Amino acid sequence: MSSIYSEIILDYYRYPRNKGSLPRAQIHARDTNPLCGDVVEMQLELDERNIVKDVKFNGQGCAISQASASMLTELVKGKTVDDVRKISKEDVLSLIGGQLTAVRLKCALLSLKVLKTGVYDYIGSTDATKEEPSIL
Amino acid sequence: MLRRRWVGASSSTSPKATSHAVAAIASYRKARNRLPGLAVPKSTTPTTKLPLTFPGQLAQSTVRGYATQKQATAYIHGKEPYDVEKVRHDFPILKRIINGKPLAYLDSAATTQKPRDVIDELTRFYNEYNANVHRGVYKISEEATAAYEEARAKIARLINASSPSEIIFVRGTTEAINLVAQSWGRTNIGLGDGIILTEMEHHSNIVPWQLLAKERGAHLKYVGLTDDGHLIHDDFRLHLESGGIKLVTMTHVSNVLGTINPVREYVREAHKQGCPVLVDAAQSVPHIPVDVRDLDCDFLAFSGHKMCGPTGIGVLFAKKTQLEEMPPYHGGGEMIREVHLYESTWKDSPYKFEAGTTNIAGAIGLGKAVDYVSELGLRNIQGHERELTEYAHDRLGKVKGIRIYGPENPGTKAGVISFNLGDVHAHDMATLLDEDGIAVRSGHHCAQPLMERLGVSSTTRASVYLYNNEEEIDRLAESVKRAGRIFKI
Repeated sequence: MSSIYSEIILDYYRYPRNKGSLPRAQIHARDTNPLCGDVVEMQLELDERNIVKDVKFNGQGCAISQASASMLTELVKGKTVDDVRKISKEDVLSLIGGQLTAVRLKCALLSLKVLKTGVYDYIGSTDATKEEPSIL
Repeated sequence: MLRRRWVGASSSTSPKATSHAVAAIASYRKARNRLPGLAVPKSTTPTTKLPLTFPGQLAQSTVRGYATQKQATAYIHGKEPYDVEKVRHDFPILKRIINGKPLAYLDSAATTQKPRDVIDELTRFYNEYNANVHRGVYKISEEATAAYEEARAKIARLINASSPSEIIFVRGTTEAINLVAQSWGRTNIGLGDGIILTEMEHHSNIVPWQLLAKERGAHLKYVGLTDDGHLIHDDFRLHLESGGIKLVTMTHVSNVLGTINPVREYVREAHKQGCPVLVDAAQSVPHIPVDVRDLDCDFLAFSGHKMCGPTGIGVLFAKKTQLEEMPPYHGGGEMIREVHLYESTWKDSPYKFEAGTTNIAGAIGLGKAVDYVSELGLRNIQGHERELTEYAHDRLGKVKGIRIYGPENPGTKAGVISFNLGDVHAHDMATLLDEDGIAVRSGHHCAQPLMERLGVSSTTRASVYLYNNEEEIDRLAESVKRAGRIFKI
């Protein structure tokens, strides 16, 4: 059985890109996975055209949750808020690669849930889970 | 921690059998080492050659009964060593292949696997004598009632309760503790009173007391832990002497560290202050001999599914004197003597606490599980687990970057091994072990205050039971090493 723990995942876990905080972020959200104790926080700074100018994540937890959060920050940089809203769970899973069990999917998708919560709060809708009812 | 009643019969052949349980284990191991069969190195036993068909006859033809402690003593005195490979044949699930490898089930602290005897008895109940208990006057109802009450009696004998009426069937340890909190607690605990707990409690022995303390205006006091996972006795004494303590509630064996707490001594000290004690025995009754009269605890709670029984059935033991004073926990059918429009009277315990139709099949299945572990003998099980735990400490201790939590001497603890490897998160470790067919637990193990004390967010936990063997520990150690290679520890 091939391991989910590819060199790429481990590299993002050990050397996370875009980890830190943004004091001037307009979008700020945080959530935890009570099952694992994973914590992910996302901060997005937008320019006047609602394009993601800078993004940082913070958190702690397993390699999958932390690597996926870091990968996600690279994906959203330069995108409009509307494009960020459209990122699907498949997009995130393709970044990670490999097969995940149902329980570990929650680790992989925690950062996306946090990101969407922040984005929906920003654009004024409260139902962040609308698009991902099965997992998020 | 002795079961005097059963051991007494064999005391003439070995004075050691009546001494402390630790001494019993020592003599058991010494006896084992003298056996000619054991001169053969363990690694040469055919650990992987499970028969293709399950040898049900083997398990069923042997006598399952209460004179089982005699048999257990026979094991100790060298008639037959503990034959784990024979035990493994009793567990159909151990034949499963996970990710191309045989299942190595090392999560028995969460729930244990079930022997064929228990599974068969559940099927037999539903096929042959399924009926509600205590009410029907027809044949199968009488059979069901007899089996249900027989199970209660078996459990009373297992833990050496004075009478089966001290055994209340509940859903599990959690419900048992909630029953005491809601029934005994709301009667006896008031404003400003104190409850002593320990920092190593499972959430099920914390949250019910938080709810009660909030409602009654009482406060909780925690006994702290040393770095190697033992209770700080002075903490306990200070709390006890501070006055106003109405209850001590503590775990017998830690579900994270495997620490075996000196419950007997704590009970004695608490009783000197007139303070009753509840023991969470979820991790002890299935693994070590437990004698409630020797411990002298007032309440003791455990779950059936952690000792080869079905899920959804557990036990609250309480001293008769306590039960008589306690009001019902749930109201409904079965628990009443007379019901009028505005008031009712209750049956005596245990029925006062068993409202509605209980988990009859579960209780009967648990009775069968008690037969099973009794026949193997709790002291033999403890001895087997201790050897495995020592072996696991030895194998895992050599892995670079590993940290094992809890008592350093594996000879003094139960078969629970919590560890972390470098910066590998416990969930990543568990996923990697699963890839090798090894089932372990990862996370906070429902003991977040303990995790805080240890300064970690989670651990990986391997826990052994009567069916685990050294080969599985070898596989665990190799798989942990593989995780270390992947994460470049």
